Amino acid sequence: MSNSVVIPFEHQQSAHCETGVLSNLMRFHGMRVSEPMAFGIGSGLFYSHMPFIKLNGIPVTSYRILPGHIFKRFSRNMGVEMRRIKFRDPREAMDELDRTLDKGLPAGMLTSVFYLPYLPKAFRFHFNGHNIVVFGREGDEYLVSDPVMETPARIHRTALMRARFAKGMPDIKGRMYYPVRVPGDADTAAAAIKGLRRTARDMVNTPISMFGAKGIPYLAGKLRNYERKLGEKDARLALGNLIRMQEEIGTGGAGFRFMFAAFLQEAATLTGKPALREHALTMTRIGDAWRDFAFDAGRVCKARATADITYDTLADKLVAIGRQETALFKELARIPKA
Amino acid sequence: MKKEEVPQDDANMLEGKFRVVKYALNEKGEYEKVPSVGWEPENTALEQAWDLIHEKVEAARQAVITGKLSPLAYHMEKNMMDAGLLGKHMGLPTRKVKRHLEPTGFATLDAATLQRYADALQLTVAELQHVPR
Repeated sequence: MSNSVVIPFEHQQSAHCETGVLSNLMRFHGMRVSEPMAFGIGSGLFYSHMPFIKLNGIPVTSYRILPGHIFKRFSRNMGVEMRRIKFRDPREAMDELDRTLDKGLPAGMLTSVFYLPYLPKAFRFHFNGHNIVVFGREGDEYLVSDPVMETPARIHRTALMRARFAKGMPDIKGRMYYPVRVPGDADTAAAAIKGLRRTARDMVNTPISMFGAKGIPYLAGKLRNYERKLGEKDARLALGNLIRMQEEIGTGGAGFRFMFAAFLQEAATLTGKPALREHALTMTRIGDAWRDFAFDAGRVCKARATADITYDTLADKLVAIGRQETALFKELARIPKA
Repeated sequence: MKKEEVPQDDANMLEGKFRVVKYALNEKGEYEKVPSVGWEPENTALEQAWDLIHEKVEAARQAVITGKLSPLAYHMEKNMMDAGLLGKHMGLPTRKVKRHLEPTGFATLDAATLQRYADALQLTVAELQHVPR
């Protein structure tokens, strides 16, 4: 093992870590997919409100599918094969990383943002699902392409080891991955349609009321009772949490809705289906409605809301969004396979 | 969202380290990546989350000063952990960690265990045994 390896890895900043790592890693291996394309092909968009799963006492709301699943679906649709490894021993995990780098391969891995010193403090919560790519080593420091950052960063070996072995939900156990087969002739247009149809089906056909487009009016129903059920303080915390899930680093705005609209636009050109451009516009309007909701919610959080913004008017906005998403995804589900 | 509507409400959340990417429509009606330094509702929600954490840390600090809890309780809150998560990092059951959060339980800890707690919380043993006054 030499003391220094720097793999010529092109870092491109992204909105979201999973799709950013996918796009960057694929480009290194000669497959060009933008971040929105990776998101769409991997059927990343979703909606769920799960009052029975709580983080710090607050119900979980999500605008995307489960972490790691975009990788899985993308790889399946594009014929990419990934090698995924977990470790028991942190040293072993670092040795395997060194060996991979020495082979000239950049490695993707899971980390906890709490233990990444190069990130701003305000964002360092115990979130164990952050994807980064390590593409080099200089002495005791590793070179990191963190997709949410503008430029690559550096991290000390000890810090990286800690970030890769954070405990909690989930224990990430040094999870590392890299592509071992990236086909040169993948049919991106067909994969885009496949990914799109899957998202549309997930959004309209999932039979449980808290998942898919109908999860939105489901949350609206809960929201109307928040103040009475949770009390003023916790109701505001729950609202604040909704805003964070929707807007904080990683979503590209409006809970991935704009990124999905960008995918639809790109897919329209790629597949020669101009109708998708129209759907992209509809998705953009829905994204704008989500932003509008977050803006009002922010006023309530700060107790700066005027009398015309209440939990009821917020819920009304969600009901309208839910109706629009249902209509759009019903149409998208009818797009033919070929 | 149009490119020129991408909010630039800087509350120094990013400490000037970088700008985040939002997707927005450019003049030609095509989506592109647009940098943003933040948005007010997002900043509000983040501040609110931190206020809650700071409240918990301060409550723990007071409890240590009045002798109700051990310094471990303060440092645990400061690391945004609960007894379950800290236990996982220590390889200890939650109930044992809870016992060490009490001054009497903390007093029984041997040097090796103190060192492990210090490592888990990224502190020195000396730091672990005190809270800021």
